[in-house]
Amino acid sequence: MNRRDFLKNTARVIGGITLPLTAFKIINPKELLASTGDKTKVRWVFLVDTYKCVGCGMCVRACKLENGIPYDAKVTRTWVERYVITKDGKTHADSPMGARDGFTTSKIDLGIDGYENINNADIDKGFFVPKLCNQCENPPCVQVCPVGATFQVPDGVVLVDRTWCIGCGYCIMACPYGVRFFHPVYHTAEKCTFCYHRITKGMKTACVDACPFGARQIGNIKDPNDPVTKIIMTERIGILKEEYGTKPQVYYLGLDREVK
Amino acid sequence: MMVHGEIWTAKELFVYPNEYIYWSIQIVMYPFMTGLVAGAFVLSSLYHVFGIKQLKEMARFALVFSFALLFVAPLPIVLHLQHPFRGINVFMTPHFTSAIAAFGIVFFTYGAIVASELWFLYRKHFVEVALPLKEKQDKTIGEWLKFFIFCTLTLGVYDISEETLKRDHKAIKVLAGIGIPVACFLHGYAGFIFGSVKANALWMTPLMPVIFIMSAIVSGIALCMLTYIITMEIRKFLASRKMTPTQRFQSKEDLKGVEVSVVRMTAKYLLFFMVFAISLELLDLIFRGYTAVKSWDVLRSVIYGRDFTDIFILQYTIGNLIPLILFLIPGLTIRRTVVGVILVLFGVFMMRWNVVIGGQAFSLTFAGYMHYHMPIIPHDWETFKEGLFGAVSVFILPFVLFWMIAKVFPVFDLKESH
Amino acid sequence: MKSHVYRPLWVVIGLVCIILVVRYFYVPKDFGIGRRGYMYGWHRKADVEFWKNYKVKYKGSAYCKDCHSENYNKLMQSPHVIIPCEDCHSPAIDHPMDPQKLQIQKGRGLCLRCHYPLPYPTSGRANIPSIDPDTHNPGTECVMCHNPHNPLEGLK
Repeated sequence: MNRRDFLKNTARVIGGITLPLTAFKIINPKELLASTGDKTKVRWVFLVDTYKCVGCGMCVRACKLENGIPYDAKVTRTWVERYVITKDGKTHADSPMGARDGFTTSKIDLGIDGYENINNADIDKGFFVPKLCNQCENPPCVQVCPVGATFQVPDGVVLVDRTWCIGCGYCIMACPYGVRFFHPVYHTAEKCTFCYHRITKGMKTACVDACPFGARQIGNIKDPNDPVTKIIMTERIGILKEEYGTKPQVYYLGLDREVK
Repeated sequence: MMVHGEIWTAKELFVYPNEYIYWSIQIVMYPFMTGLVAGAFVLSSLYHVFGIKQLKEMARFALVFSFALLFVAPLPIVLHLQHPFRGINVFMTPHFTSAIAAFGIVFFTYGAIVASELWFLYRKHFVEVALPLKEKQDKTIGEWLKFFIFCTLTLGVYDISEETLKRDHKAIKVLAGIGIPVACFLHGYAGFIFGSVKANALWMTPLMPVIFIMSAIVSGIALCMLTYIITMEIRKFLASRKMTPTQRFQSKEDLKGVEVSVVRMTAKYLLFFMVFAISLELLDLIFRGYTAVKSWDVLRSVIYGRDFTDIFILQYTIGNLIPLILFLIPGLTIRRTVVGVILVLFGVFMMRWNVVIGGQAFSLTFAGYMHYHMPIIPHDWETFKEGLFGAVSVFILPFVLFWMIAKVFPVFDLKESH
Repeated sequence: MKSHVYRPLWVVIGLVCIILVVRYFYVPKDFGIGRRGYMYGWHRKADVEFWKNYKVKYKGSAYCKDCHSENYNKLMQSPHVIIPCEDCHSPAIDHPMDPQKLQIQKGRGLCLRCHYPLPYPTSGRANIPSIDPDTHNPGTECVMCHNPHNPLEGLK
């Protein structure tokens, strides 16, 4: 390592780090739709309708079984959150076992603080929010991987290379949505892949197929005739944690300000 | 089936299902040890570059110690990896948009600089050991080994004339000069690793690298002082029993005089960097409270509530305020210094702890908390390496290494140095 | 350049060369920058194939239709038509070869996923008929009385 190489690398690093800062602008799905100039004709996006979700957790179960995440391990690629907002203005939220077994009690799980009883009469609104990897357009988890073990495919899906991941956990720390974890068997970073083995074969993801209520949909935002694209373009939609500039590609119908 | 992190994480209120304290004690040790390396080096450079003569005795010592620490600095991060043997991938396919990948390069550069500087500093010594051994007939196996090691260390240069030594001197000055920014880089990166994580409300601040560098220098100087005092005490003890061979400082009183003056001088620099570090940390805290963005509610509850003891009692009071007072009272004694530097080291460790563990004490939801219970008694490999024993091993190792390295690079026995 | 001052530099260059040689043999040949550039596309290309070739386990209800037409058709006429077979019967994978028998979910917990009363305003959950499991024949499996393939056909 001589000084020149060192300086070069330093310049490259500083360049690499400052680059995403220029990308801080409000997300615009149309922009993605319009950018079909490049060869990619596919950009996978997800649509969640929180009005339809009943919190049955079948998607979580299907995801775990489909993708080989140990069933009893307390980690999951997708999960469902419950939000209950009471008349006193307080928000009560939980996701016991990631809602693998659904929500079969009205009590809110408070972790080490036990359970909280909520009287049905006190509830102003209550709803369920399914979560999964947002397959961000600017994935911070990929940016921080020191070895190139996680990367984005041109169709937008972020994958993890189980043979190359060193297990430093930096990507887990960098994800604002908490979708990443260590796989209990492979001991490498693990995340939702939008069921890459299914969507590339023309199938839907396991969670979409398992949902009885049509609360989850997957689509290609570069195809203007895709029903998901049509909804995203014509209805009022929300995304999670916009302020991080990650440009998440999971869109929500009926998102509430209380959703974390 | 246990998930990594589950064993030492307790979740309270609303926390995402996949959230655990993934970065545990070894990630506290990592910036702590790296900081000691960088700090020790900066201390030695103060003499070599800026010619602060009073630090002469300390400078050589600090450089060798920095070298010993250097080998240990990456150890905590390797121990923390889920696949330690794949750690080499960082050098094989570096992804420079990640601070950890850049760390690999900077660390290597820094190691090369420290090693080169040591070589110039001790070249004369190597030659002086190697040459007589070369001429000696019927060497024992031990002497053969010694001869072989020192011959390799000379890198084939046996010229120790006045002129070449002058060149060595110049090279050291240049290397020490380059070394300061690289040492700051090395530790700035450690700070950058945290400061650049936009997902973490506590970590994300551009001040983080600067705070880390300042506290690194503080901890490096403190550890050098502590180790220096300990070695001097041992030498004094040996001198009083007249067990040592003839040295530059023979009597116990001579040694004591040198010790006190060196320590007092170094303490001044320690104070300077300490004030700087504390100011920056307080600035960060005040700024967060004043701007009070979305995350402030949960941060406040952690800083002024759950982690109050760790932050304000252990870190600021015991780790900063008390040693500050100890050093500021005139007529600094060795005993007072020892107490002071131990508290300073503890304070810097608590600062690392409050950053790493404190940064994971609250959930990404901003509506829940995570509590860390460090594994004390290990019952498997994971609870050993990411528990108390792993951390203590990492802390002890540099001292063992220093003892071994000091056999090749004598820290005190040199009659004359640069 | 004859000066001894450069000796450490040669050592460093030598080390860098060793690292580069090791790197040549160690790094898979298909490791490189993908179309998403260096920041987001630095990866081993074969890994994309790994994820594409991952085994599909949930085959979809159409997979069940031919052999289990009776239950399938019954379900098609019932309000439970929206529930895919594999939600309760577990993923087909390569059934009937592997596994030969599927593990059917039968416990009360399965039905309670939807039928536990959570009348949350603004959520679809409020519109689903529900029972209180503490008072509604506790300890009995739902399928003892109800036919999940056609819950409206009446009690068994």
